[in-house]
Amino acid sequence: MDKKWFTTNRMTLIFILLGIIIFLFIMVPLLKMILASEPKILLDTLLDSEVMSSIWLTLYAALIATTVGFLLGVPLAYLLARTDFPGKTLVEGLIDVPIVVPHTAAGIALLFVFGRNFFAGKAFSLLGIEFVDTTAGIVIAMLFVSIPFLIDSAKEGFKKVDVRLEKVSRTLGASPWQAFFKISIPLAWRSIMAGNIMMWARGISEFGAIIILAYHPMIAPVLVYERFETYGLDYARPVAVLLIIISIIIFVTFRTLAYRGEKS
Amino acid sequence: MISVKNLCVDLGDFVLNDINLTVNKGEYFIILGPTGAGKTVLLESIAGLYPIKSGGIWLKGKEVTRTAPEKRGISIVYQDHALFPHLSVKDNIIFGLRLHKWASQDIATTLSEIANLLGISHLLPRKPNTLSGGEQQKVALARALSIQPQVLLLDEPLSALDPESRESVQQELRQIHNELKVTTIHVTHDFEEAIALGERIAVLGEGYVKQIGTPEEIFRQPNSEFVARFSMTRNIFAGEVIDTDGGNTAFRTEDTELVVATDLRGRLHASIRPEDILISPESLHSSARNSFAGIITHIADKGSTLYIAVNLPPDFICLVTRRSFEEMGLGEGQKVYITFKASAVHIF
Repeated sequence: MDKKWFTTNRMTLIFILLGIIIFLFIMVPLLKMILASEPKILLDTLLDSEVMSSIWLTLYAALIATTVGFLLGVPLAYLLARTDFPGKTLVEGLIDVPIVVPHTAAGIALLFVFGRNFFAGKAFSLLGIEFVDTTAGIVIAMLFVSIPFLIDSAKEGFKKVDVRLEKVSRTLGASPWQAFFKISIPLAWRSIMAGNIMMWARGISEFGAIIILAYHPMIAPVLVYERFETYGLDYARPVAVLLIIISIIIFVTFRTLAYRGEKS
Repeated sequence: MISVKNLCVDLGDFVLNDINLTVNKGEYFIILGPTGAGKTVLLESIAGLYPIKSGGIWLKGKEVTRTAPEKRGISIVYQDHALFPHLSVKDNIIFGLRLHKWASQDIATTLSEIANLLGISHLLPRKPNTLSGGEQQKVALARALSIQPQVLLLDEPLSALDPESRESVQQELRQIHNELKVTTIHVTHDFEEAIALGERIAVLGEGYVKQIGTPEEIFRQPNSEFVARFSMTRNIFAGEVIDTDGGNTAFRTEDTELVVATDLRGRLHASIRPEDILISPESLHSSARNSFAGIITHIADKGSTLYIAVNLPPDFICLVTRRSFEEMGLGEGQKVYITFKASAVHIF
């Protein structure tokens, strides 16, 4: 790389420098927090049953929210990708509203529907499901704030599937269901999985809506907050570190598994 | 075999009105029309893939207008082939057979028969994105034929191919049709393709079927300005390619014999573009192999250019610029000479 390279590729060089700044901005706090933790304290935290159960609850509730989102959101994503109807743009916009609403506000809105004194809350309580201060409430809050990520990603995936492929499959004998499961789903799978992972990740990181609807049982982000408020930084940090490490491990694993088939 | 009666289809910008077609069993039927005439949508309506406004479709005497596409036994090959990218060539071809729950033995037999017929046996394990355009076309055709359809719909099957594969796929389509005798509806905007393959042709334009007839009828007796536009600006003749005594290759029509350059033999068609024909008041000495005397029967003035019909017989349409026209002082009834190269004659 001589001097000439730098003059002809000045833009690339500037972009690289700008990229490094934002990359460091993301990585330094995370790395510093992880590296500053003493292994002994981390190990103690790992053995703290309150911490472990809150991390487990976080992962598990986000997974249920993602599953529900998958079952209800993928069909909607398909409809939005394939059909045109009056007010479609409005519907698409409204689906994204949870992304822009402050999450504490979202929590209060949910309380107005799923609280004990309100319609859906009453209806579900007849079935023995309560949402205030329960796992079900955590799931509902996660679902609300994270479903747009799955719907948007799956919708883009379905849009990229040429509608003629579905049509050809119909002429070859496929019912609409078979065309959907044998053609549309496999071809949009990568986008659907990316949406699932995004949705799950968003669910795990949710805090605002959950503390309104279900402060208890305590999910990990709430636990970090509580320990920070009650005992201070030193007690909050190991929990935060653990949450970050576990999240990273799981995401890397999932992404690898989800995309492995694609590359071959 | 298959009848389309009073079919109306709404395409948003315009409509297909009152389409009536009847295609006989085993027939190779062409729907010819300009780009954007709604040809693909017409095929999709026939297959049940596009909602129709009114009218109906009858298959073997039974109405199928409201029948789901998977129950019609009508398969389609799209211009861009529409192969399933996540499946191998083999799985693409047997996709329909699996859905119809064929026994695996029968699937294997049909697969090998059809792959042999189309010469694609060596491609079976490959993924579609590794194939050339011509190969993809054959796989799409194999997939459509695998379910032994009542009717095969071809949507501009040759347009996406490079000229070389176009010719070979065209031959292939003819051979396969001769062998399997599948009732075929093929849409195209290419007049020569229509003439070469069609047993009958329907010309579609401005939302209507303008004319239905044999290729000969369409290019000899166009019933409207619209149909004529497809053929008037060309010289198309039916005839036979033969080897002459002088060691030349010639195209013999009822009235005349043209020197041509082709490897094809048999009963075919020849076309010569009007701008490739030189017109002169005197006989020309040149390297061009075809030179004939004839009488100007008609002059169509298009402004800066003129179409001149010269009767030998048959009629040849020649294109001249206004300047040459005026310099030569041509007029109807005048004797002139027309000259063109053997290579200007396209045999198809």
